Amino acid sequence: MSDEDIRNGKADGDESGHDAELAERLRHLEEKLAKGGDGVATGFGGAERSQPSAIGQAFRLSSELVAGVAVGFAMGWGIDKSFDTSPWGMIVFLFLGFAAGVLNLLRATGQAGGGAARPDPDNEG
Amino acid sequence: MANDPIHQFQISKFFSLELGGVDFGFTNSSLFMAITVATVAGFLIMATSRRGLVPNRMQSIAELSYEFIAQTLRNTAGSEGMKFFPFVFSLFAFVLVGNMLGMFPYFFTITSHIIVTFALAMLVISVVIVYGFMKNGVKFLKLFVPSVPAWLLPLLIPIEIISFVARPLSLSIRLFANMLAGHITLKVFAGFVVTLSAFGAVGWAGAVLPFLLAVALTALEFLVAFLQAYVFATLTCIYLHDALHPGH
Repeated sequence: MSDEDIRNGKADGDESGHDAELAERLRHLEEKLAKGGDGVATGFGGAERSQPSAIGQAFRLSSELVAGVAVGFAMGWGIDKSFDTSPWGMIVFLFLGFAAGVLNLLRATGQAGGGAARPDPDNEG
Repeated sequence: MANDPIHQFQISKFFSLELGGVDFGFTNSSLFMAITVATVAGFLIMATSRRGLVPNRMQSIAELSYEFIAQTLRNTAGSEGMKFFPFVFSLFAFVLVGNMLGMFPYFFTITSHIIVTFALAMLVISVVIVYGFMKNGVKFLKLFVPSVPAWLLPLLIPIEIISFVARPLSLSIRLFANMLAGHITLKVFAGFVVTLSAFGAVGWAGAVLPFLLAVALTALEFLVAFLQAYVFATLTCIYLHDALHPGH
């Protein structure tokens, strides 16, 4: 119920015969609540959800790929450091990291399901 | 230099406080984090101090934000996820108010520093790991075993592990990069206006375009500030879902 409704309700309330009108409006409200159910109070955020911004999606997807490769690099470097296997750990894990980055990318766009991450219901930002 | 687009991200220390060899100095970043927390807490206390059946404006905003986060959490993590509501709501409120405060001229944007966003992301992933093991025990590791033929597992398990470790990184990079890039772009276009207008009438005419762009970018930045806080909260919910139900 918006502020206007309340104010109008007060103004109408001073006039005669307002009981019938009030009952009518209550019935209206009940109908609306029954129809809307849980979703009545969620006007916030609905507009943004329906129009994904391209730049937001670009940032999201590129960060997924970069993070995968970066983690693969770090793991390979750490394995080379601790087991003295340079450069093989780095080579193998860079490729694995790239694969993981692409996997995360596909999951973010909802083209690959299952496993660790579900597709993001709204991959927008 | 006044036109330096990076200058706004500089950390300056107000005073230093050496405790056990660690510097707990109070910087402008700490100041704005404190302001963010004070704003959120103050607003919610004020909004809920005079509760009515018909909410006033402040109470409406508080109720709307509650409903918004509660619904996001229920949709992505299920009704079981509601036990994490205080956590997700605090994160959302902190990121949102931090981003919005950064939109004031001369204010410091806390989320434009990767160490801040990385700390938030590590907090999220620690909660996921600790709660995942507490609730599911060893079964939590099923998260790393996709349902594929057995001979593919030696290849796919490392990929799944890397993909899991990459999450806090991509979560923090996304928020930090959005805020950093947005604020730099704004500053660069605003700088064009100032520099061009020094060249007389021709400069004034040339400055119209960057000025309009700066206005449009300001509006876009407000959208990004909200959207990134929302995305951060949504992804937190998705990761919490994995802690609640691994293995599918």
